[in-house]
Amino acid sequence: MTSGQYEGEPLRLSLLLILFTILLVAVIAVATAIGDYNIRLGTVVLAVTNRLGLTSAEISRIEESVVWDLRLSRALVAALAGAGLSICGAILQALLRNALAEPFVLGVSAGASTGAVCVIVLGIGAGGLSLSFGAFAGAFAAFGLVALLSNGATSGPNHTILAGVAASQLFNALTSYIVTTSGNAQQARDIMFWLLGSFGGVRWPNFQLLLVVVALGFAICIWMGRALDAFTFGDEDATALGVPVARIRLLLFAVTAMITATIVSMVGAIGFVGLVVPHAARYIVGPMHLRLIPASAAIGAVFMVIADIVSRVVVAQQTIPIGVVTALVGVPFFAIILYRARPQT
Amino acid sequence: MSIVAENLTWGVRRKTIVRGVSLSAAPGETLGLIGPNGSGKSSLLRLLAGLKRPHTGRVEIFGQDIAQVSRRALSQQVAFVQQSAATDTNVTVRDVVRLGRTPHRSALAGWTAADEAAVTTALTHVDMLGHTAQAWQTLSGGERQRVHIARALAQSPRVMFLDEPTNHLDIHHQIEILRMVRDLDLTSIVALHDLNLAAMFCDRIVVLQAGSVIAGGSPENVLTETLLRKVFRVEAGVTRSLYHGRPHIHFTAA
Repeated sequence: MTSGQYEGEPLRLSLLLILFTILLVAVIAVATAIGDYNIRLGTVVLAVTNRLGLTSAEISRIEESVVWDLRLSRALVAALAGAGLSICGAILQALLRNALAEPFVLGVSAGASTGAVCVIVLGIGAGGLSLSFGAFAGAFAAFGLVALLSNGATSGPNHTILAGVAASQLFNALTSYIVTTSGNAQQARDIMFWLLGSFGGVRWPNFQLLLVVVALGFAICIWMGRALDAFTFGDEDATALGVPVARIRLLLFAVTAMITATIVSMVGAIGFVGLVVPHAARYIVGPMHLRLIPASAAIGAVFMVIADIVSRVVVAQQTIPIGVVTALVGVPFFAIILYRARPQT
Repeated sequence: MSIVAENLTWGVRRKTIVRGVSLSAAPGETLGLIGPNGSGKSSLLRLLAGLKRPHTGRVEIFGQDIAQVSRRALSQQVAFVQQSAATDTNVTVRDVVRLGRTPHRSALAGWTAADEAAVTTALTHVDMLGHTAQAWQTLSGGERQRVHIARALAQSPRVMFLDEPTNHLDIHHQIEILRMVRDLDLTSIVALHDLNLAAMFCDRIVVLQAGSVIAGGSPENVLTETLLRKVFRVEAGVTRSLYHGRPHIHFTAA
């Protein structure tokens, strides 16, 4: 396999997108059918068509409610979260010119956990909504600090990464400080579970919000796709190709922070997806962003729904944190890509 | 004039790197920029190409102050070839040259016949048409340099700035690239280390020392034994070449 093969083959992206759309529908159907209480696929389809007003089949109202109110919204949020994190990873890897960049590199997850801890432990605000709000506020506080430390991200990729590391350390230290001085054992456990991520408890309003944020972010990233390509040889080269580097960099950092903060505040800091999926996508459709961004979104969506299924079925009567599953499922898969894509020199 | 620079000054922190440089280049001219290491050649090229903002002074390209022109509009006219730009991304030769069309394409516009023609012509000029599908990471240093030049040509510029374009090239391609730059119907300013190549291919030469222009003019007038001793600290004899009629520098061993 050489990287030349995708050249002049937009067909390959179309095929991938068609295949993954079919796959996505299939895994969402499976995710909706499987659980503590299994529901037949036929019933799943009828439940959805009933709620959409397309059919009025006679099925159990409990099953219909489980499908529609609990599992379908959960599966769709998982798909959007997977797509969103993967897009963010692809964008940050391009802007920071670093293969290790991922959605949390700018301190967003550390900030979110500090915000969440403020709510859980210190009781700032109360109720489920304010936990998300706390996480979101914390995420943006961290991003703001990174933007400040890196002069609005104009000081070059490494400087920005270092600023992200500093912000992450600061906010992680704040989190630990609050937990050790004010928290009890149960709260510490709650926080750890929250950080590893869970799709439990997401409902339709979460889906609607996430759909707006991810769709908007996706559109902006596609619009900037050509400009991102121009970053291949660095900032100066992008400037010479007519790209307003500082403006685009700040805009796209803000977009990734927005997507990531929304996802983290809903379902926790789910790792690995945003790092690995863009590499997998690049391996299939090449590094150019008008192909890479849709491919990353498609692969990320399918991957996350599968990870959610695995998290619910692998141990009976118990849900494994989704972040644990993404890493356990993702690492072997990533190892194959790393092995096959190793430099030939 | 294609390019007019007036009184450019630039530096980092307290160190002034370019001091009050003024120069101009006529349409179609190939202007050589020579000077010892650290004389400010690269910085001056970046100021002229609008990649850095001068502290004082201004640059006009075809009568327009480049500080007043949008980055994209400028890049439709001006190309810049930097020294050994690197990437870890797994791109092909064609991907890289296609990037040259960036300033001419809107965000989602398709690939046009004009784009394709510009890329093919550019690859032909640098003798890399047979390598279009090759991965960047597998190219030699000289091949990478030629692809960068092709990318600049694919920009269809009217003005081109090249920073040491012949580094890493074998002698055949050093001569081919400079011959091509000279023969192309565009204005170019080229920073060069090889004084004999500068003498052979440049219409005029500007000499920088410690950030200031200390000589400028035709190769015959500029490349004198006195100047070589003063600026480059070498002993040399300069004769008129029997082969190309330009000055030829013979360095004398101590």
